[in-house]
Order: sequence, then structure tokens, then C-alpha cells
Amino acid sequence: MAKFDEMAFYDHKEMTNISYAPPATPWMDTPVQFRPGSYIYPGKARHLEYLGLPNPREWEVTEDDWKLQDNWKQIILEGMADRLQRFRSFKLFMDICVRCGACADKCHFFIGGGDPKNMPVLRAELLRSIYRKNFTAMGKVMGKIAGGRPLTIDVIKEWFYYFFQCTECRRCSVFCPYGIDTAEITMMGRELLGLLGIYVNWIIEPAANCFRTGNHLGIQPHTMKDIFDDFATDIEDITGVSVDIPFNRKGAEVLFVTPSGDIFAEPGIYTAMGYCLFFNEIGLDYTWSTYASEGGNFGLFTSNEVMKRLNSKIYSEAQRLGVKYIIGGECGHMWRVLHQYMDTMNGPADFLETPKNPITGTVFEHAKSTKMIHIMEFMADLIKNGKMPPVDKSRNDDCVVTFHDSCNPARGMGIFEEPRYVLRHVCNNFVEMPENTIREQTFCCGGGAGLGTDENMEMRLRGGLPRGAAVKHVQDTHGVNRLACMCAIDRATLHTVCEYWAHGVEVCGITELVANAMICKGEKKREINMRFQPLPGAEQE
Amino acid sequence: MSFMPSFLISLAAVAVLFGIGYGGAAAGAGAVIGIFVPYAALLLFLGGLVWKVADWANSPVPFRIPTTSGQQKSLDWIRRDPIDSPFTKGEVALRMALEVLFFRSLLKNTKTQLHHGKPVYATDLWLWLAAMIFHYSMLVVLLRHLRLFLAETPFFVTAIERADGFMQVGVPVFYATSIGILLGLLWLLSRRILNPMVRYISLPNDYFPLLLLLGIAGSGFCLRYIDKTDIVAVKELTVGLATFSPAADAIANISPLFFGHLFLVAILFAYFPFSKLMHLAGVFLSPTRNLANNSRAERHINPWNPKVKMHTYEEYEDDFRDLMKEVGLPVEKE
Repeated sequence: MAKFDEMAFYDHKEMTNISYAPPATPWMDTPVQFRPGSYIYPGKARHLEYLGLPNPREWEVTEDDWKLQDNWKQIILEGMADRLQRFRSFKLFMDICVRCGACADKCHFFIGGGDPKNMPVLRAELLRSIYRKNFTAMGKVMGKIAGGRPLTIDVIKEWFYYFFQCTECRRCSVFCPYGIDTAEITMMGRELLGLLGIYVNWIIEPAANCFRTGNHLGIQPHTMKDIFDDFATDIEDITGVSVDIPFNRKGAEVLFVTPSGDIFAEPGIYTAMGYCLFFNEIGLDYTWSTYASEGGNFGLFTSNEVMKRLNSKIYSEAQRLGVKYIIGGECGHMWRVLHQYMDTMNGPADFLETPKNPITGTVFEHAKSTKMIHIMEFMADLIKNGKMPPVDKSRNDDCVVTFHDSCNPARGMGIFEEPRYVLRHVCNNFVEMPENTIREQTFCCGGGAGLGTDENMEMRLRGGLPRGAAVKHVQDTHGVNRLACMCAIDRATLHTVCEYWAHGVEVCGITELVANAMICKGEKKREINMRFQPLPGAEQE
Repeated sequence: MSFMPSFLISLAAVAVLFGIGYGGAAAGAGAVIGIFVPYAALLLFLGGLVWKVADWANSPVPFRIPTTSGQQKSLDWIRRDPIDSPFTKGEVALRMALEVLFFRSLLKNTKTQLHHGKPVYATDLWLWLAAMIFHYSMLVVLLRHLRLFLAETPFFVTAIERADGFMQVGVPVFYATSIGILLGLLWLLSRRILNPMVRYISLPNDYFPLLLLLGIAGSGFCLRYIDKTDIVAVKELTVGLATFSPAADAIANISPLFFGHLFLVAILFAYFPFSKLMHLAGVFLSPTRNLANNSRAERHINPWNPKVKMHTYEEYEDDFRDLMKEVGLPVEKE
């Protein structure tokens, strides 16, 4: 018998029997119900202690007493006042929503679950109602009539449930006539909960790990070296090429940073191996770092301060190693941080140089301040200038590929063409999913922003339904069997989503497909791909 | 609060307010309603507007967080989207202009429906259309009202009136926006009531402004087409208000209906800065729309960039030095 944290527990019929009809009771009078499979376990005290966060303790979501500070109400209200003064987005988004409802059916959790509090507007109203009651004249005087409600422990529990049912994907903000961004609301909500020591372990443990070991998974430097030694062995078995994988090397031209999720588990490791093979093949003077061994940043899902603390390693390591610039791998929220936050938080990086491709001479002017470019920008430049190593696209002919735009690179960066350009260069069969499900309208994997844990399985599957249905659509109509994406969380969570909603579609990174197709100097006759599966045509010989 | 009480409270509030204007004038308090109230409302409106915008502006924008809905500027040969991923101030201005003038984000609206458990997304422009009809009708109606406040009617007001009156069906000229504003509002209100999702999220704060505007537009419609009042006296009063020389003697010749209308307008002005209607000003300040997507080219400054505890490389090496040496990773201190 399957348990609630396993896919098999969830019946397809029941999961697609979704009603968008709201409940009979008004939302303010509908308390939250914690259902196993729809919430995440609390952060363990030791991780909070390691990061120096408030109110470390062991507690249970389903227990009545969450062991909050005695003056928790004051802490929340002061925390709100402080953030209203520091974030114009917060103050503005509290004031100007007209509740037109344009965002309502844009959220993947609402589409796949029908819980009205997963309508972005209502998710924000959870906070707005408290804001009105405590920070606006109308709300103070007229209370409920002006849309206010008192701050109670049930409100805190509701915040916890719904701010950890938002993946900060920003899809709703594309449709909002005022650009109200639920990611901002959720971030504020999570920061406020954090003041009471309310975190989920799936986020705070990786954050604590990252602070200590440099990466979310807590991989220590010697283990990391071992993992990459194994990669080198595998790469040699596959290609016959012996690759050099430099670590912590001073004086390299480029520091390469990518999420640690990709060096730990399938299918991400094939992409990580792809990086090693690719950089070796083009002879880039680069290095990995064990200290800055995480591009992802679970601080983004915690607070702006923790985000800054984790992110600081990238620039400080670049400075210590004396590199000229930084290349970042395929990751989603990592690029949100690198593109929209890093320079502001930990810059200026005036010890680095404007990125310049040593092979093509292209200067990446658009990154002249941050000094960090995306590997897809780098590859696209090589291809355009005819400097990419030769490729044999047919090696990917077993794949009919579609591309999932990851939320953050799509709506928090705008990198749409580079990955498609690279994909088309390395595989023959590329199909787009329906237009309302890609590019700026792309759907989340359902497990971003730190929600991708198995105890949250029901919400992951529900949130993954819109993406899964779009994949299923191209699977049925075009025989798609491969979903490429440039995000490590996607590679971990879409695997589950596809298995459930589009069975038979495998997930991969783009660089994995590049590595398959790339004809390396001195390679042996390639018979297997990066997954050790026979190349198309190789079976018959 | 559920629909019925929310709606009824709002309706009752608008009815009572209209009654105060109408009844107050009938009871001889026309000077209060026609002179004192409009000035007080205007003061609240201007003061509130300035205060609210200054309050927003006083909170900094710590991070550059535009919602990118189009291709970024990267390599020269990749065609970028200057509107949905603006890189320069000019492009931001264009994005904002399209947002403010044409509600561009609403033009992207879709409606999600389930077909056998499979979501299907269809373009849905009804909200956009209703919003455009209401807002532009409202704008034209407001501009047409300038005639009442200026002794000499400016040329553009006359031009607008001519265009607006294209459906000339007798005297007085019938304006398209007279019906447009009512239709737009009724559409928005019925959508709010009939769409279960929108009804569920709606507050009295949503019904009240709609009903208030309906009260204003409805009473205005009556004044123009059905139950006309002495327009010369009205103009005397309104020009007097605009020139700060209130014409109290004109009040006696004006019907109570006009004062009901005027009082609701005053309430709208006074209510405006303290309500969601401030989206009018707020949209200009929205950081997801009014910032360029150039944060890798130009450093954005956070005025309160916090000092935080880092875990330095030195501390890291202290934690792991022996393990690092074991596998041949270079270290700073032997």
C-alpha cells in the first residue's frame, strides 16, 4: 500500500476531478486543514541554530502549539512595518490590487487543485487583510467591512500553508495589469514567518548546508572531488576522452558555478558530466570550486539576508581565485538570483572583467557589471561563430525533444532564444509545447521555491498538472519522449511530474544533449550516450 | 464576508450618501453640499494623493525585479523584445505607456477550463474590453465636464464632444460615453457577482466603488437626458467653485438630483486616495513593470543593503583543510 509521500498513493481519476467552485464559507471563515501530502515538515532546530535564525525548536505542523515566542504578534506586526518601509513592492502590492481576478486561474496550484486560496489574489489577501487591519485608517476603523481581519494564530497557520504552496514562479504577474508579483508577496510572507522560526526543513536544511559546505546537499570537498573523479571515469568510458576537471585552481580565466543538485542525482549528473566534457573539449581555462559549489540559493526562499549570505561565496571565491569572469550552468532560481540580485547584494565585482569569450572574442556587454554569463549564452555564441566543436545530431535521434522554460530564467531574466538555438543545433527532433504553456507563460514544475519534497507529493502532482498535461499533449501528438530544461530543480521534480502525468517522457538538461552530439577530438567510436544507453542505430550493428 | 452582506452594505452606503446630497439640498443645505463639501473633498483628494504617492516613494526599491515576458538583450544577433524585456529607459517608458494606455497585460488574459481533467487555455478579452470601455468613457466624461468649470470651453473639449456625439439622435446630443460608462460599470459589476471565483475574492471595498461610480454615472445620465436642471445655474456654481468665488445664489435654482450627483462625486474624490482606486497612481510605480531588465549591465543599488554574517573561505578551509589535502585540493594554509 502506497503512502501519501508516494506517487502511487494518488489516483489519476481523483486527481483530475477538480472543481473550481469555491466553498460555501467565506475565505476568512474557512480555516486551513493540514492534509498529509500537502504540507512540508518544519525546519529542524539545529539548522536554524547554525544559521543564527530566531526561535530554533522542534515542533510539528499538526500540533496545536507551534511553540512561538510569547510576543509573536508584536514580532509579526513590527516585521511588517519594517518591510513596508524597506520594500516598495510590498507596500504598493498591499495597496493597489483591485481584485479583478485576472491572476486567479493562472496559478498551477489553483489549476491543478482548485483551492481558492491558491488563486494568487487570495494568497496575497491573506497578508493584505492583516495589513488593512493594522496599517490603514479604513481597516483600523471599519475592520471587516474594509477587508481587514485580526491577526490570530490561525492566520499564521494559513500563511504557512499557502506561502509554502507558492513556487514564486511569477506566472500570475505576467497577467496582472499592475504587475503585482505574488513571488514578492510570498517572499515577504516567508520572511515574516521566519521571524517566528517557522521554516520548512526542505529549505532550511539545504540553506544551512550551503552556508557550511558551500552547497545545498552538504557535499564536503573531498567527496565532491571523488564524485568528479567518477564523472571523469564515466566520461572516458563513454567517449574515450580523458577529461581534466580542475578544482579551486588559482589563475584560471573562468570560474564555473552550477547547482549541486546536478552532481548528485540522475538525470542531473548527465548534464554535469556534459559540462566537464564540453569545457575540456573547447579547452577553456576554467575551474570549479568546492567552496562556491552551489549556484542555487535556497536563501531566496528564506529571506533576502540568507540569500545574500549564501550568494556571497561566488564573488568572494572569484576574487580569491583571481578569475576574470564567471559562467553559470543550467539552473532556474539560481539565475533569478544571479541576474536580479547578486550584483546589488554582493557587488560591485570590480575585480572581475567584462566576460569575453576567449575563442570567439565576443564581449558580453550585457553582463558588463555582474560579470557572469549563462552557459547557454556562451554556447550560442560559439555556435553562431562556427567555433562549437562539430556535432553529430543523429546521436540524439532517439529523442523527440520538447523544451520546458523554467520559471525564473523565463520571467526573471528573459532567456528564451539561447537554449532553443543550442537545442536545435544538437538534435534533429525538436517540438514546442502549446503556446500558453511556454516562454513567459510557462508553467512551473510544481516543486520550485523549495517545495519539491516527497512529503508534499499531492501538491507537487497537482501543481505539476498544467506542465504535465502540456507534455502529455506533445507526447500524444508528436511522440515527444524527452523534456529538456535548464534547471536542476526541474530535473529533479519534473521527473516525478512526467512519470505521473506523461508517463514515458524522460527529463534532461540541454548540456547532456550537447555532450551526446559533440564529436570530441580523439574520441573512440561512440556507442553509448551520456546515460550509458546505446546510441540510436548502435543496437542494430 | 460573503457576497450578500458585502454587496448590501455597499449598496446601502451609496444610497445613504446619495440621500444625504439629495435630501440635504432639498432641506436647504445646498451651500454646504454645493460649496463646502466639494472643497473639502478636493483637499482630501489632493492631500491624500500626495501623501500616498510620497509614502510609496519613500520606500526604496531594493532590487531590480522586472517581470520579463520577452527575450532579454544578450547577443547582438538574437532578436530581443524591447517591450516585454526593456533594456533602456525609453523602452521602459514604452512598456509603461502600453500598460497604462491599453492595459496590455490584460490583453494577454486567458481563461482556464478543464476538459476531461485536462486544462485548456482560451484567450479571454472580456475583462480587457469592459475595463477599456469603462476607463475611456470615464476619461471622456471627465474631460467633457471641463465645460462646466471653465468660462471659455477649450477647443479640445468641443472636439471631444463632437466625436463623442457621433450617434447624434436629437437634442441634447447623445454621447456614446454616457452609455459606455454605464455599460462598462454594469459589466464589471455583473462579472464580479456572476463569476463564482471573482465573487469569492470580492470585498465591500470592491462593490462600493463600483456602486458609487454607478450612482454618479446614473445620476449624471438622468441630469443630462431625463430630469434636466437649470444648467446655467449649475455652470454659475461650478465656475464659481473653480475660480474660488462660490456663487451661492445659483444654488436655489438647481435641482436636488444635481446635489445627489455632486455629493457622490465628492465622496469619490475623498475616498479615492484611501482605496484600491489608487491603482491609477500605483501602476506607475510598480517595480515589476517600470524597471529595465538590465541588471547584469548596470548595478542596481539597494540603499539598505544589509551587513550579514558570511561564512568566509578561510573559515571553510579551517573546517575542511585536512579532508581537502587528502584528495589533493589546493589549500591556502598548509
